[in-house]
Amino acid sequence: MSPYRSDPRNGRSVRALSRSAAAVVSGAVMLSASLAASPAYAATPPVTLNFWTAMSGANGAALDHLVNEFNNSQHAYKVVATYKGSYTTVLSDTIAAFRAHNQPNIAQIFDAGTATIMDANGVYEPIHSLMAEYNLPFSTSDFIGGAASYYETAADQLDSLPFNSSTPVLYYNKKLLAKAGIAGPPSTWDQFYSDAKALTAHGVGCSLTSSGAYVMWTDMEEFDMWNGYEFATQDNGYDSITGVKLMLDTPALVAHWSMLGQLGQKDEYLWNGTTNTTVPLFSGGTCAMYEQSSADLATITAAAKFPFGVAPLPTVNGDRNAPQNTVVGGASLWVLSGEPSGTYQGDAEFLHFLMSGPAQAYWASHTGYVAVSEAGVQVLSSENFYKSHPSDSVATKELTERPAKPYTRGIRLGYLPEIREVEASAISEILSGKETAAHALAAAQAQGDKILSEFASQYGG
Amino acid sequence: MAASVLAPARPREVRAAVERPPVRRRPARRAGGDGAAVFNHRILPYLLVLPQLAVVGVFFLWPTVRATTEAFERSNAFGLGTRFSGLSNFVSALTNGNYTQAIEVSLIFAASTTFLAMAIGLFLAAEVEQLGRARAVYRTLFIWTYAVPGAIAGALWLFLFQPELGPGARFLGLLGIKWNFALHGAQALSLVIALTVWQQSAYNFLFFTAALQGVPVAVHEAAAIDGAGPLDRFWRITFPLLSPTTFFLSVMDLLYALFSSFAVIDVVTQGGPAGATTTLVYQLYEDGFQNADSGLAGAETIVLIGIAALLTVAQFRLLNRRVHYR
Repeated sequence: MSPYRSDPRNGRSVRALSRSAAAVVSGAVMLSASLAASPAYAATPPVTLNFWTAMSGANGAALDHLVNEFNNSQHAYKVVATYKGSYTTVLSDTIAAFRAHNQPNIAQIFDAGTATIMDANGVYEPIHSLMAEYNLPFSTSDFIGGAASYYETAADQLDSLPFNSSTPVLYYNKKLLAKAGIAGPPSTWDQFYSDAKALTAHGVGCSLTSSGAYVMWTDMEEFDMWNGYEFATQDNGYDSITGVKLMLDTPALVAHWSMLGQLGQKDEYLWNGTTNTTVPLFSGGTCAMYEQSSADLATITAAAKFPFGVAPLPTVNGDRNAPQNTVVGGASLWVLSGEPSGTYQGDAEFLHFLMSGPAQAYWASHTGYVAVSEAGVQVLSSENFYKSHPSDSVATKELTERPAKPYTRGIRLGYLPEIREVEASAISEILSGKETAAHALAAAQAQGDKILSEFASQYGG
Repeated sequence: MAASVLAPARPREVRAAVERPPVRRRPARRAGGDGAAVFNHRILPYLLVLPQLAVVGVFFLWPTVRATTEAFERSNAFGLGTRFSGLSNFVSALTNGNYTQAIEVSLIFAASTTFLAMAIGLFLAAEVEQLGRARAVYRTLFIWTYAVPGAIAGALWLFLFQPELGPGARFLGLLGIKWNFALHGAQALSLVIALTVWQQSAYNFLFFTAALQGVPVAVHEAAAIDGAGPLDRFWRITFPLLSPTTFFLSVMDLLYALFSSFAVIDVVTQGGPAGATTTLVYQLYEDGFQNADSGLAGAETIVLIGIAALLTVAQFRLLNRRVHYR
């Protein structure tokens, strides 16, 4: 049972949501009102808008709720949300569908796919121009810093709507830490290392595990951002498509992965490939600490039978830049080109509804994602949500710890999903003891750079 | 002794006489007039083969043409900005460490599954052949695994060998093997090889069982009277007589390993860890469908077809000479 479900405040936000949804789509409501006056109304079917998503479980249910809210608030459009599978499946299905001229109206494309679609001119309708075309108020500054910076273009415009956003945090098992006589979660990696020794000495075999599918995100991309290091040249790819090089073979990353590799040899750090979830390792009490997306809070709360806490990720000792800021992970919503002209106004209105304060407040309080629009943050603050949900405030604090540097706005690399696969291969070689961290990361960097230059040549750079 | 037993039973002239007549009879029929009426149509034969041609065209020729043209083109993931790129896709495939590793993995995978599946299939077939009444029961049981679809077999084995949790993994743990195929490449490759062999040996068993029915008992008896032991009789009589089946199976198993191993790998390892179970077909799927690089995938398709053709031709050249067709 998630603590939010029983929260009586939710009742209020849902009602507030209905009111605002009606206001936000007033254009559509007026349209349907005028149609309702004519006898032909009953025969006018709403325009269907296909929306491909990667949301399942509790997140899927919350999204369905919002979609229904929008559909019931007006009669001109009907959004049909289809769960397509994982993020990578949505991306590859959208690409395949686009090539077959059978694309959805809106697709939920994850963080790592951003550059792949953003730089493909003619594939999508930039959301900022759609909003302007249909006179819907929209500005990059409507969104919280971390979400806006991750998805904005060089001209500070948003081509897609930042939507579900989270950031990695450190979950810790209070019972196991207490058993080893550790007062609180480690704030540095050195401290973590000595905590790991203490945990082993007190019979806790596994000190740490990381996200199964996205360890490359938690312990490479976000590790660099949080400690104020570059992940790739050209400000992580924000400045240029061509000439971008990865920065995996760096002293900080090599040291971090040497340490995890050393613990991994003794099963004190556990990770079993990108296809195996690591949630049970933490929620089942095997591992004392867990680096995972803040969005997984509901899942962990439901499964863990022990008191646990949420803390910011540890930092590298003695580095004056750390902690810098983390960036969002998750997805943004893209409106695809090549659809009948009558559908775009519906796309714009639906997306405008999703960024509204009440919709974002509902979304954040029913999932582990943060509210991405300032309006949503305001609604949540007015309901004292952050005081009763410290984990959300940890995520928000990490995202806004310091103003972002040019190279901590996000990761804007073409074919990043493919690069992450290369990184995952390196991680399995480090943890199985087949390669040293230095060697594996150097090889991954060389291979990743090839992918980047392939992207540059394909995208006409 | 073996040579005299295996000599052709029929003199050459007799065989020729049996095979020739249809050629001679044909003009006679046409002179009679009634034969011509049977097949006077020029279009009908084409109409009759049209469905088959359509299937071959749509599902084989057209995709092959598309793959071939895309292999020489370059575009972005969404298929926009297409332009001719010469051999650059082939160069990037063949200079990519991933692809050369995939060639290596494919060869190890194909050679070991083909050899093991055939050896186990033949051994079981030969053993079951010697049984009495229980023969039917064993035959059914050994063919059974072939009826399990690859994806389901994969899910089953995944459950059995899940690191730390699966019963198979625990058993291996008792033997002192630190089992975690999610991290250890050699373990992952052995797992998919074992699973494929488990399935394919049933197919081989089926064909060897059928072929064993054709080995004349009289020859065996004659050899036994001459003092040949069971092993001698197997290797000197049965095995050479099975050679057409052995050859057929070696070709089929090899092609199966090269092309049809996808389901098993996708369910169990997704090609990992670190590409240890990424065969050429799986690499093709990753590049073409997951990474949306149709040009590279086109080039890889052509290379894969080339490798398969080369291996098959080599098999026909090297092995077919030793095959004895009765």
